Amino acid sequence: MHPAFSVIFFTVASGAGYGLFILMALGYILGFVEFDKGVTLVGGLLSLALISAGLLSSTLHLANPKNAWRAFFRFRTSWLAREGVFAVLFYPVALLFLLGLWVNLEAGVYNGFVAFIGVAASLLALATLFSTGMIYGCLKTIRQWNTALTPTNYLLLGLATGGVLFVLVLAWNGKPTLVMASLSLALLTIAAISKAIYYFWVRTVIGPTINTATGFTRAQVRLLDTGHTAGTFLTDEFAYFAPAKLLLALRITVFVAGFFIPLMLLGFMVLGAQASGLAFLAMLSSFIGIGAERWLFFAEARHVIRLYHGAQHT
Amino acid sequence: MKLGLVIDLDVCVGCHGCAVSCKQWNTSGTTGPLTDYRPYGEDPSGVWFNRIRSYEVGDYPHNKTINFPMSCMHCEQADCVDVCPTGASYKRAEDGVVLVDQDKCMGCNYCSWACPYGARELDRSSGTMKKCTLCIDRIYDERLDEYDRQPSCVITCPAHARHFGDFDDPESKVSKLVRERGGYALMPELGYNPTNRYLPPRITRPIPTEDVSKKSLISSVKEWVNKAVAR
Repeated sequence: MHPAFSVIFFTVASGAGYGLFILMALGYILGFVEFDKGVTLVGGLLSLALISAGLLSSTLHLANPKNAWRAFFRFRTSWLAREGVFAVLFYPVALLFLLGLWVNLEAGVYNGFVAFIGVAASLLALATLFSTGMIYGCLKTIRQWNTALTPTNYLLLGLATGGVLFVLVLAWNGKPTLVMASLSLALLTIAAISKAIYYFWVRTVIGPTINTATGFTRAQVRLLDTGHTAGTFLTDEFAYFAPAKLLLALRITVFVAGFFIPLMLLGFMVLGAQASGLAFLAMLSSFIGIGAERWLFFAEARHVIRLYHGAQHT
Repeated sequence: MKLGLVIDLDVCVGCHGCAVSCKQWNTSGTTGPLTDYRPYGEDPSGVWFNRIRSYEVGDYPHNKTINFPMSCMHCEQADCVDVCPTGASYKRAEDGVVLVDQDKCMGCNYCSWACPYGARELDRSSGTMKKCTLCIDRIYDERLDEYDRQPSCVITCPAHARHFGDFDDPESKVSKLVRERGGYALMPELGYNPTNRYLPPRITRPIPTEDVSKKSLISSVKEWVNKAVAR
């Protein structure tokens, strides 16, 4: 698949934004994070800014954006419509939670109703992340995506990058980061394992071949001619090719920059180094790594239409 | 009704007549125009509802060239319709034809990702998705002669490799052809249940090769000289 920058930016940025919001709500409800106005303001604004920037960016790949408002109508069948609906429903609930948090901090009390709103907003954020994953996961035409690991990875990577962001927000506001950094370590580790399982799973070739695509299952089938002299919509969209060396280099980047370096930096923070600089580097590194992961997610996905253009399998 | 096409791979000569005729009819039809990009440039491209590819099936000397026209299969399980977030893509209940409402499409390309047959192509000038309409603006037009109430590609095909009809009627021409010639669906394992069917090449008597005599000495020498002497 052609890796479109707008969609890569959207999934990485809004994933991290939703992850940050969910962990903030969780930290408030369970009380493992010390909130003050600075943390609420910076964390809340950062998560909403990332989500909004991502959602706006996602409309950039539309060829006819004047009809984008119609995208909420097929909620019953389309994961793309569901994602849109959940994303829009999230905003008022999330703003209400942040407002409640702010009011509570002024009054210096813990309010069960605000916690309830936080749970509702977090569930909507999780539903949006899950829908984003299912947009890709439900496509039977792309075997690299058509797996439960796709929504799982979207959820885990969103939470992991959100966790790293939250550590940065806490460190920047001079709050203790021990619990959140430890939680982020756990999330990063789980996300790395899940991604490793995916990369292992995806090596096994399954699904249609050029033989089932053409119906000639008892002989070798080779493409003689595609019937066009220049590129078409189909070749632009689905025939993306990247050299194997680049793919390998990016997979290494995913694990080194996306998981290993943030794990080491957050590990130092857990061991006692209280520096927002470390958290900032961890954030930077994880975004580079997860950006590479998302680019690979598209570049390595091979649509079955490639079979008609001569690929023996996908 | 379940309208669709039967394509006879035994007689298709790969002339692209269906694609050209389709383009001519539909560029001024309900989902037209079928825009061309750089039509007189070095790399002309554009929107087509039909694509014809050619394959070699089997190994020499038991090989065969198969010309393979593909358009929308008007699937019964049309995922392209299910994934559409705007409701622009729809499948008509009365005849099973899959269409795109050009006024609702936002050009997100998602339906083209869900289609395994490459039937959907984005028109970059209008920003909307376009696809085979089964010539919906022909097949119900009572001002046309009955013969002309068929998709443009079917009428045009000089080899009569394309047939149009109702698959729900067991006595229709297309149902009979599928029954008699073993018509099959493409990529059935994906579960889209496409309506269009392909008729495999008829089994022909193999051309005997045993009686071909061995090369004579003089022809071997000629062959060797032809290879050895630079022209």
